[in-house]
Amino acid sequence: MKLAIFAGIYNNYIALEAAIADARARGIDRLYCLGDLGAFGPHPDRVFPLLKEAGVVCIQGNYDDSIGNDLDDCQCGYTDPRDNHFAQISYEYTYRNTAPENRRWMRDLPPELRFEADGIRFLMCHGSPRQTNEFLWKSTTSTHFLDKLARDHDADVVLATHTGIHWQRELSDGRRFVNVGVLGRPENDGSTNVWYTIIRTGKDTPKPTGSAPWDSTTSSTPIQIDFIPLTYNHEHLAQEMQDEGLPEEFTDTIRTGWWTTCLEVLPSRERRAGKW
Amino acid sequence: MTSLPTPGNVPHVELRSLDELWFQVSGTLCNLECTHCFISCSPHNDSFGYLSLETVSRSLEESLRWGVKEYYFTGGEPFLNRDIVPILERTLEYGPATVLTNGTVLKPEWLSRLRDAEQRSIFSLEFRVSIDGPTPETNDPIRGPRTFERAMKGVRLLVEHGFLPIITMARTWDLSDDERILAEFRSVLEEHGCDRPRLKVLPRLQIGAEANRTEGYGQHDRITLEMMDGFDASQLICNHSRVVTDRGIYVCPILLEASDARLGETLEAAAIDFPLSHGACYTCYQYGAICTNPSAAKSSTT
Repeated sequence: MKLAIFAGIYNNYIALEAAIADARARGIDRLYCLGDLGAFGPHPDRVFPLLKEAGVVCIQGNYDDSIGNDLDDCQCGYTDPRDNHFAQISYEYTYRNTAPENRRWMRDLPPELRFEADGIRFLMCHGSPRQTNEFLWKSTTSTHFLDKLARDHDADVVLATHTGIHWQRELSDGRRFVNVGVLGRPENDGSTNVWYTIIRTGKDTPKPTGSAPWDSTTSSTPIQIDFIPLTYNHEHLAQEMQDEGLPEEFTDTIRTGWWTTCLEVLPSRERRAGKW
Repeated sequence: MTSLPTPGNVPHVELRSLDELWFQVSGTLCNLECTHCFISCSPHNDSFGYLSLETVSRSLEESLRWGVKEYYFTGGEPFLNRDIVPILERTLEYGPATVLTNGTVLKPEWLSRLRDAEQRSIFSLEFRVSIDGPTPETNDPIRGPRTFERAMKGVRLLVEHGFLPIITMARTWDLSDDERILAEFRSVLEEHGCDRPRLKVLPRLQIGAEANRTEGYGQHDRITLEMMDGFDASQLICNHSRVVTDRGIYVCPILLEASDARLGETLEAAAIDFPLSHGACYTCYQYGAICTNPSAAKSSTT
């Protein structure tokens, strides 16, 4: 089985379109999205036809829960006044520009999804299996915590997102945790590309070669995880954001690859990797 | 207004999961004697003592099966404990570590070792430095003469060693002044070489020395059963933490002096419900997640 996992679209319909085309060109069997369809970018309603037409199976992120249920904010839990200021601009723009039928569609999305592929039990969630808006950062999440999480939730592979930066860790008994990254904005590394994840299981798993660090050739379950860097017309996106009157701080991120807002929740290690 | 708290109207909080394990690593011993300290730490208060590397190591090993996510080290002043550097080095082999310091006793050789330990690890080592305001005039009356200058020197040292400290401050001003104070603090920190300031404001806890400095909690400052209706209990640290001390396992780092805060000798024994009967519980209820780092933020609305 070959699966493509998207997440954190953040209104970036241009990257979503590019990701769907990229995944199709790789012969992917199924497409999934781990939520947070809105935020940050322009024209929220342009995301939905793309998802529906391509048959992307979606679950609900905290943003979708907020917009779908007419809540006051995105539930990211910021306390820094500057972070809250920018988060609120983004939230109010997205809410205002999302059609009622799309809000209802997001409201009805499931918070998690389970399925089995080639004998491997997958659990898809947004933040963590126990809380939609839980940040699981690579540098602040112990391995035994993830082990317990996977065990408690009867999953071999837990797929999540929410932090905006992809990473993965092998756990005991062949289990693993994968943060699939986001399509909505770059990863605070000075590159303008965004990320999604391809998972191959069973006979679609390639034979061991001189592989990239994230490839698994040691695990007892046949699975390979590939993080895919995706280039797209980011300049076009930034121009549209500018035309929509979204803050320069947001377009700077799209054009430079460095995060400029919502930095408070970053642990020191992830924060140091960025510029601001 | 909710009904007056009575013994029959005290909510109990279960330990949902042991996400954070705290270590009272220097007990109640501190080189400073802050007038707002909620457990009245001082150079002479040895009601809780230092933890040894062996004790911490045993707890780290025990924490594996509990699935602890992060480890926190507090006191007193953790860097008075002669084992603190090896303790943090050992911890970084298990998971992320955060140490709460007043920043006044840090030594370059310790920070070099800790920087190397963090680089060897896949986990973060966070420093939280307590400074109670952006000027000596705000800070020093509370924390002691010249403590602002000494703590800022510690901040500079941390930055020079590649760390990005989180500055925590107890709010001894009006809530409405937060934004002004934070802005002022950012510019002061930049002047001291910290161009990516991370700031966290903490509410005052009206127990210990602070109860004498201002006032203690009133009888209405309690959580009642009705108040827990629809409240997200994960905002309370006792829902997901415990504290290792030299006198056993305690419910949270704030209530060390409370008579019912000691829950047992082992984590197993301490995994019991806790009654929210204290005034400090009310502050935790009001502000939520006051002890954990911003990176562990969880909104209360989900």
